[in-house]
Amino acid sequence: MIDAIISGANGLIAGFANLHWSNPVMMAIGCLLLYLGIKKGFEPLLLVPIGFGCIIVNIPLAGLMEKEGFLRTIYDAGVITELFPLFIFVGIGAMTDFAPVLENPYTFLLGAAGQFGIFLTLLFALALGFKYNEAVTIGIIGACDGPTVIYVASQYAQNLLGPCSVAAYSYMSLVPVLQPPIMRALTTKKERETIMKTHQKTVSKTTKLLFPIVITIVGGLIAPKGLPLLATIMLGNLMKESGAVERLTRASQNEIANIVTLLLGISIGATMDGKVFVQPTTIIILILGFIAICLDTACGVLFGKVLYYITGGKVNPLIGAAGISAFPMSARVVQKEGQKYNKKSYLLMHAMGANAGGQVGSVMAAAVMLSVLKGMGVI
Amino acid sequence: MMDRWTFGLTMLVVGMGGTLLTLMLLSVIMALLKKVFPYNPDEEKKG
Repeated sequence: MIDAIISGANGLIAGFANLHWSNPVMMAIGCLLLYLGIKKGFEPLLLVPIGFGCIIVNIPLAGLMEKEGFLRTIYDAGVITELFPLFIFVGIGAMTDFAPVLENPYTFLLGAAGQFGIFLTLLFALALGFKYNEAVTIGIIGACDGPTVIYVASQYAQNLLGPCSVAAYSYMSLVPVLQPPIMRALTTKKERETIMKTHQKTVSKTTKLLFPIVITIVGGLIAPKGLPLLATIMLGNLMKESGAVERLTRASQNEIANIVTLLLGISIGATMDGKVFVQPTTIIILILGFIAICLDTACGVLFGKVLYYITGGKVNPLIGAAGISAFPMSARVVQKEGQKYNKKSYLLMHAMGANAGGQVGSVMAAAVMLSVLKGMGVI
Repeated sequence: MMDRWTFGLTMLVVGMGGTLLTLMLLSVIMALLKKVFPYNPDEEKKG
């Protein structure tokens, strides 16, 4: 009888007894993510499920990520199959208005310049000894585009999925803090004060409708390995612009995006098991991700400066900082920064153009990267 | 198997170059589309 009671009681303390030192550390990190999401409002839609997933996966013996565990089932169904990031892209496409980039097609180039950090960070990652596929995945953090990072990591470096996704989403949410100092450091006061001409509405409905179709066909032909990324975001946008499938558009913007965000977030949190996550590699990835995003901003601003000189001072170089995928946060940062130096300066629509270009640019960069890897026989 | 630097520099040149050229091409196509289908306020109102 006593033995039975002791055995039964042992069952209640087994969780504590099996706690690895890294588990409480990760629970604390999970709580930090919850704090950032709930109290600070940094990407709460993702940081809340990620933080909670991180906490529960670090409770020993629950077996959430073991075969047939509920987190494992969600993870295998949506992350391993790459479906979750792609569904998210349908939602992003349905929510994004690409009109600002169509008003000024040259802002596509700012979206391209904003991807330079990806490729430079890839070099750093290689120098630090990461394998080719891992270096590519780390570089993609610089796209500042969570779903793209998850898509690439789930295909080519599943071991880095947790740290890379956390880095991407954390830095995305920190764009308002990270970008302004870089923008100020690389521009002169005169450049920051530049007023850009306001545009009248000049994009026809036909052009808006053709945009997703043309991008999908041309982009897909150039970089077929990235077609799933490109096609899903453009499908969402086509549905939005066509106006013919209101129900599907609304579902993509709301129900689909919300459900998948929840499942994706909790799945990412589930990869943050302390025994796997707490290691020097994670710190290195976080640092490299930080470098990637800073380099993207710097390259975007520098390209903006080139445009400033080419156009004889008609382009405010600050809009180059918006050539990343953090949409529309980055454009708002540019607007705010521009207004600090010139109250008459309204950069929002121009920055939105660069930002929408960055959205396409990040997907295109990932697509091109995957196709180059395929061409080189690496994947 | 190529060495790390060959791989990295190839990715930098072809990857970044490819991204830049692709987006340049897309911007040219979109500028052409704007010319072919110019904005017409009256037609836009009709939907």
